[in-house]
Amino acid sequence: MTDARNLPSRDLSEKRLKQRHAAEARFKLYGQLAIVIALGFLVVLLARVVQQGYTVFWTHSITTSVYLDPARIDRADLEGNNFDYLAAQNLLKRLKVQDDALGLASGEAMDLVSRDLGYRILGAIKDDPKVIGTTLTFTVPVKANADLYYKGEIERSTPETDRKLSNRQLDWLDRLEAEGLVRSHFNSDFFTNSDSTEPEQAGVLGAVVGSALMLLVAAFIAVPVGVLAAVWLEEFAPRGRLSGFIEVNINNLAAVPSIVYGLLGLVLFINWLGFPRSAPLTGGLVLALMSLPTIIIATRAALKAVPPSIREAALGMGASRTQTVFHHVLPQAAPGVMTGIILSLAHALGETAPLLMIGMVAFTPGLPESLASAASVLPVQVFIWENAAEAAFHERTAGAIIVLLVFMILMNATAVILRRRFEKRW
Amino acid sequence: MSFTLAFALLLAFSVGVWWLGRRRASALAGGERLHSLPGYYGTWVALWTGIPAALILLLFLTAGPRLGEALIAADPPAAVASLPSETAQAFWNDAQSLARGEPTTAIQWTPEQRAALEQKAEQARQYNGFSAFAALALAGVLALGGFLLAWPRISPTLRARNQVEGWINIALMACSAIAVLTTIGIVASLLYEAMRFFASVPPLDFLFGLQWQPQIAMREDQVAAKGAFGAVPLFAGTFLVMIVAMCVAAPVGLFCAIYLSEYAGRTTRGVIKPLLEILAGVPTVVYGFFAALTVGPLFRGFFNWIGSWLAEGPLDPLGQYLMAVQNEMALTAGVVMGIMLIPYISSLSDDIINAVPQSLRDGSYAMGATKSETVKRVILPAALPGVMGAMLLAISRAVGETMIVTMAAGSQARITANPLDSVTTVTRQMVELLTGDQEFDSPRTLAAFGLGLTLFGVTLVLNIIALRIVQKYRQAYD
Amino acid sequence: MAAEGNPLPHDTQLRPPAVAAHTPVANAGVKIHCQGVSAFYGDKQALHDISIDIPDRAVTAFIGPSGCGKSTFLRCINRMNDTIPGARVTGRIEIDGEDVNARSVDPVVLRSRVGMVFQKPNPFPKSIFENVAYGPRIHGLANGKAELEAIVEASLKKAGLWDEVSDRLHQSGSSLSGGQQQRLVIARAIAVQPRVILMDEPCSALDPIATARIEELIDELRRQYCIVIVTHSMAQAARVSQRTAFFHLGQLVEQGSTEDIFTNPREKRTQDYITGRFG
Repeated sequence: MTDARNLPSRDLSEKRLKQRHAAEARFKLYGQLAIVIALGFLVVLLARVVQQGYTVFWTHSITTSVYLDPARIDRADLEGNNFDYLAAQNLLKRLKVQDDALGLASGEAMDLVSRDLGYRILGAIKDDPKVIGTTLTFTVPVKANADLYYKGEIERSTPETDRKLSNRQLDWLDRLEAEGLVRSHFNSDFFTNSDSTEPEQAGVLGAVVGSALMLLVAAFIAVPVGVLAAVWLEEFAPRGRLSGFIEVNINNLAAVPSIVYGLLGLVLFINWLGFPRSAPLTGGLVLALMSLPTIIIATRAALKAVPPSIREAALGMGASRTQTVFHHVLPQAAPGVMTGIILSLAHALGETAPLLMIGMVAFTPGLPESLASAASVLPVQVFIWENAAEAAFHERTAGAIIVLLVFMILMNATAVILRRRFEKRW
Repeated sequence: MSFTLAFALLLAFSVGVWWLGRRRASALAGGERLHSLPGYYGTWVALWTGIPAALILLLFLTAGPRLGEALIAADPPAAVASLPSETAQAFWNDAQSLARGEPTTAIQWTPEQRAALEQKAEQARQYNGFSAFAALALAGVLALGGFLLAWPRISPTLRARNQVEGWINIALMACSAIAVLTTIGIVASLLYEAMRFFASVPPLDFLFGLQWQPQIAMREDQVAAKGAFGAVPLFAGTFLVMIVAMCVAAPVGLFCAIYLSEYAGRTTRGVIKPLLEILAGVPTVVYGFFAALTVGPLFRGFFNWIGSWLAEGPLDPLGQYLMAVQNEMALTAGVVMGIMLIPYISSLSDDIINAVPQSLRDGSYAMGATKSETVKRVILPAALPGVMGAMLLAISRAVGETMIVTMAAGSQARITANPLDSVTTVTRQMVELLTGDQEFDSPRTLAAFGLGLTLFGVTLVLNIIALRIVQKYRQAYD
Repeated sequence: MAAEGNPLPHDTQLRPPAVAAHTPVANAGVKIHCQGVSAFYGDKQALHDISIDIPDRAVTAFIGPSGCGKSTFLRCINRMNDTIPGARVTGRIEIDGEDVNARSVDPVVLRSRVGMVFQKPNPFPKSIFENVAYGPRIHGLANGKAELEAIVEASLKKAGLWDEVSDRLHQSGSSLSGGQQQRLVIARAIAVQPRVILMDEPCSALDPIATARIEELIDELRRQYCIVIVTHSMAQAARVSQRTAFFHLGQLVEQGSTEDIFTNPREKRTQDYITGRFG
């Protein structure tokens, strides 16, 4: 000790301190920048979705009168009549436009009104054949392209050849609007219709119902199995090789790419066990297997957070292990378990890739009749519409995303509230 | 329908038995002290009544039809033996449909085939009828037998609670076993289908082949050309997209984590963390939409603009190249995947950095270190293994991510290191191979399972390594 | 464990600690002057109006029951409380006449002058050499490798650890025993040449033998530094310190020379604590 050399004495130089503080400020800035970038992406992402999708929530309808000319209607074969054409001619008459010999003008007029009109006329005649010969008034959606024009997404300034609507059609649309026949209103069809090849009639109801059914199946299987498996692993399993192996197994399963679960579903459920393709039942099973590891992990974490003193107290009263767990530990852990379950199901709700593997891309108009019949689900609906060529489907894609995100945010918010409300500090 | 009814009956019977058992136990309680609460006696009898029968019914429901098909197909009639395998498959399907009274395929069978079909359908009908009857009868016998065996054993000394808890323990164990069975199921199904694929395409050609042209095998007259299923371009494409994604996500995610754990106050953290969670909760199909309709056109526009600026200058070839850049470049999918990974890396790293003991920070601050010096010289070195584990997990996720590349990457297989080129990836090809019209036995479809097996193997190895590192790291600071 | 070159343990060169306590306070110039210091964690007040003068080149012990604020007060001196969200300090603390809470004072510079040793040894997960070199490196105290090595060697020697680790400077700091780790941490603190060394219960995680080594070291170091030690052990305070301050419920009850406090306390509370009525 006595031979310890004295340390070279030097004070901190001002210059170096300045550099260090500058480096500190820079480093902090990088951190802030990273946060700004991450949140900026979130804002841009949501803004783009809303910007492209908000227009879907209102649409335009046209009120048009059709004279059901007895001479033009084949009563023997009602289904064979082209009522759309008939209605288009009526519309031209109303616009005081002379149809040409080839019927091109009528054809163009037909492209302005939803095909729904034809079905409505057919329906009216079927209900009461006496309407033939009278003039009926219908209010139906305009065709998607006309809707886009009214919403300003198809512009007259675009050269006619690059546009989906001709100059003549635009004139007609303007005149119809000026005459007050066109009305802008909330697009309730989007929420009450299912998928359709006609953009103006395509809605998300089928997909929402399909998603709900599938989530129900997934929850029905994954929740009890997951929670009980976690209870066994955390409370009953002898600590040793076996439980260690199962734990490693579950952690790895949680990180397996979702598309692999799709392959499992395709081979196991569809090819080997003969489950129906595209069905909520099959999809729900796949999602259940996929959510199982995350539910187990979340439940175990919640069980772990219950202090041992609770268990000791119950065991000390002479309760059996099973009674201790089911009467005391699990109820205490319930909020944490619920949070984990909801988050895991919210994730399953947005999952797409495994469902593509089990054939969910099929076009499915209408509502699913049962768990085993073909259905569409929201994220896959987004994927299908995104692939569609018509520009009108783009706003519907974004609209479906908004619906999907609203559901996801509702679920996440529920989880956050549960967590905040029941969070216990032991 | 009859099985739904059978289950309902079984349930009703079990509930009745439970009630009887409980009543009997209560009656016994008058004399001696019961070992368990009366309810446990009821449950015990009900379990013996219900469980074996229910298991038989379930077994029949899942395995019965398969067994039937195998039995019917065991001796194919002469009219079918000569058919190609797909048509033969349709024949068997039709036989089953006919037996169940469902509509058949549109195939026009020849009269003799038709006759064979009718015969087989009759056989199937007989089997279905017999097996259903047998299963129902067996379930009934088991339910009654279980009840009759268990009932006389109700006595005050019966350790009903322990017995019931034994059943519960078994049920819990079975639930845990499902997790293991899932893994086995994944491995088995992938291996089984991949083996069928490797029967027509040698594994080495698949793993090291440089040509990926699965559409060639679609034509009947053309046998899968050698090298048409070489997966190297897909691996290269996946790798390229992953690298781009990690270039975005690793620094941003890590700095987010550092800022949140070391700099941000409690309120700031309380605001930012849920927002990042929203970013993490956005479904991947939404990211795909964002990539395809926003980021892709934006990048293309940007590079085309630079290209038009460079063209006809000294850098004309580069300019021409940039002007031809497409939406589907690897950069688009990579950057958007990077955005997706930011919250993932950030939350994993945040946990890891928080696990570094406070005493190390105190030690460093007490030496007069600034925050950044503490982070760079003490916290990050200490957290390095954990952060590496987090990065590996993120890489594994990038490799397995499907929707973004399906919607925003190209479909042309190409080996390139240029992120402005369009590449295709393993997952994107799997979707392409397995969606749309398909025959299940063609190498084209089966190739998806070869890819799936490879993907599963790679991600499994990454995950095992990563999870092991993270676990070791946590132990070091516990 | 001991290095080959030096068969003699350091103990022989040191005065027994029992004597140290009775050494009169030499040239007791005031190093740290505190006036009306209060500290708050959120709404909770942890320190009430503390005023104390701490002499240079002497050991001052803070004693008191746990939660009495002695560690909080220690952390005010090098502004470590800045790192705790919600912590607030009022009052005046001067080191060599300079207010440490002044706006112009850079905590980085302050902490380079006021070293601190914690309850649990906290070597960085780096080599022994890098642990000691950490301070000189971040503060840029060494010109070149040779000088850095000299600083590390001198610091380790001062901390009485050199002979034990000179042959394995590049092994991890966490491979050392608890007592060695604590001396390593002290060497780390010395390496930046502080004027004051704060020790927050430096021996509470150590066994008696390691504790004795650290106490000898403290007695050695007080020739050069102003040392403030927080301890829950009255015996330790009596052994190593020249001055003692007794804290209770966030208040400074009594201060004075160690001898006076232990033999002739003025306050009843001090007496009760020292005689073990509470604590």
